[in-house]
Amino acid sequence: MSNHRQDTLELTTDVLVIGGGLAGTWAASAARRTGASVILVDKGYCGTSGVTATAGPGHWWVPPDPAELRENTIRNRLKTGFGLNDPEWMNRVLALTWESLPTLAKFYNFSKDENGMMQYRALRGPEYMRALRNLVDSLDVTVLDHSPALELLQHSDGSVSGARGIRRQKGGDWQVNAGAVVLATGGTSFLSRLLGSHTNTGDGYLMAAEAGAELSGMEFTSYYTVAPNHSTMTRSMSYAFATYYDEDGVVIPMPPGPDTMRPLARALLKGRVFCDLHRTPEDIRAKVPVISPNFMLPFRRWGIDPYKDRFEVTLHGEGTIRGIGGLRVAGRDCRTSVPGLFAAGDAATRELVAGAISGGGNINSAWAVSSGQWAGQGAARYARKHEAAGGGRPIGQAGLRPGSATRHVDLAAALAAVQREVLPYDKNIFRSGDRLEQSGTVLEDIWTEFHSHAAGNFQTVLRTRETAAMLATARWCVASALARNESRGMHQRDDRPQTSARFNRRILVGGLQKVWTRTDPAPKPELAS
Amino acid sequence: MIELVIEERCSGCNACVEICPTNVLEIGSDSSPFIARQNECQTCFMCELYCVEDAIYVGPYCDRPDPVDRESILASGLLGELRRYHGWDEWAADPRYSNEHWQMEKVFLRARDMAICTAP
Repeated sequence: MSNHRQDTLELTTDVLVIGGGLAGTWAASAARRTGASVILVDKGYCGTSGVTATAGPGHWWVPPDPAELRENTIRNRLKTGFGLNDPEWMNRVLALTWESLPTLAKFYNFSKDENGMMQYRALRGPEYMRALRNLVDSLDVTVLDHSPALELLQHSDGSVSGARGIRRQKGGDWQVNAGAVVLATGGTSFLSRLLGSHTNTGDGYLMAAEAGAELSGMEFTSYYTVAPNHSTMTRSMSYAFATYYDEDGVVIPMPPGPDTMRPLARALLKGRVFCDLHRTPEDIRAKVPVISPNFMLPFRRWGIDPYKDRFEVTLHGEGTIRGIGGLRVAGRDCRTSVPGLFAAGDAATRELVAGAISGGGNINSAWAVSSGQWAGQGAARYARKHEAAGGGRPIGQAGLRPGSATRHVDLAAALAAVQREVLPYDKNIFRSGDRLEQSGTVLEDIWTEFHSHAAGNFQTVLRTRETAAMLATARWCVASALARNESRGMHQRDDRPQTSARFNRRILVGGLQKVWTRTDPAPKPELAS
Repeated sequence: MIELVIEERCSGCNACVEICPTNVLEIGSDSSPFIARQNECQTCFMCELYCVEDAIYVGPYCDRPDPVDRESILASGLLGELRRYHGWDEWAADPRYSNEHWQMEKVFLRARDMAICTAP
């Protein structure tokens, strides 16, 4: 590691954005465009960090005319979202996404289709994030790369006043005193090896909870994506043509349509599963490398022809990435319940738009674009009334300031134990009250040990905090899955197979020393008839 | 995981050190990058994409190192393949590598239509 200076880079700004992925860059640009000064800190590099950079997000994309198009889209999504989403939020997201993407034309080379129509809906990840990096640079947002945030700063009145972290390449610490903070730290896959997700360890959930924020929808964290075994390559397009086989070479029947996750998981619980893509039409095979250039990389490097050869597959957990839980959104500007603290993208719950099923690429991307801008503008507005001031107290606990004597805690073992409770298909896809209770007990024991004794040095503090964040997140997921004593959307309980009208509400969760859950008091959104 | 930084190709621009989201590489005493923390590699291939010299090789295994023979990788044609298909840098004007990502939705629709046709 380079130069370990002990000094702290101390900066002051109107708006601090933590996280430089899809939501964070949109947040920073929106805040800056109101005239606010903006600092964006990224754990890695703003432009390659986060799950967008390796993917190819489409966006929820419905034209404004004729008006029935959006009305029908929203009505259909209310049904498939099992009533936990909200038509007004869906409408806002559709409208803002539609307006926003064309504004990137200076930085992203949009393509025209064969009729000469400009195609804005789907952007290729590396080019999209490179464009957003160029956008925030062009707006004079101050970007600190390789500067992970470790904890928030909080005034005695409860308002958040900045954050501090480390400069892992330059050495030393950073502290930013800010009028308002946007958390755009992404979701977490619990380091499942989902492509591009290893910067996303739920840090924002933990930091916000320490400030007193609550989360919502954390039971909806059971989505998985197929990949070649031993590979991160969770690019799903080509699997639309997949044929799956069991160990004896017998074809595994799949329902028509995209919903292959549960049958695949069932097959994987029985044994190894193999796949080929022989049904892919020739013209599409030829186009795959210029649609998703990374898709073929593992195959070419292994010498596999996926259109002829059978290769072994696995499912990587998406946690809260294509799952939908996150920080509870307490207002139209994506504020949390903590003054001065805003949440955007996968750091926030996407239930408002997605409902109880995965927001997949389209809805989650549109949410990141929209919630990012609302949070950025909301934070700028808040900062105009509450000028940045020093004196905020750093409030990080688990992994930073142990409850009792510091002792060595095996981080790899703690992470493996967390993963054993939240990733296995038989615990997380096919849920039951008994197994969830057992997971809760196991996680409680790890938390007690971790919270009491874990503390990192410069080399290990980031992984220590990340582990604390994933552990806290796992506890919230399990508690929420127990509280939702029914099956709904992606949350399926073998012991409670029915959907119950009693649970037509969102479930909130929070707490660190003691985890609590309660029903969201917000009025139930009108169900479309 | 990242397996090779090929010294004689590397220009020492250290873009890979800057853009690696998980901080795997470091600048060595000779001002060139080296793989300092291979176990932190998330196998995202971003370093290959940002290496204009095609000097980096990332192996397909995400869960274990898989040492490779440098000479056979140099001869394999795999180096620089990702950057070429992305149409970056010197490939930007080449129509064979124009960005057709926008067609993804049409591919999904084709698959759906095929599934409807073959459904029992």
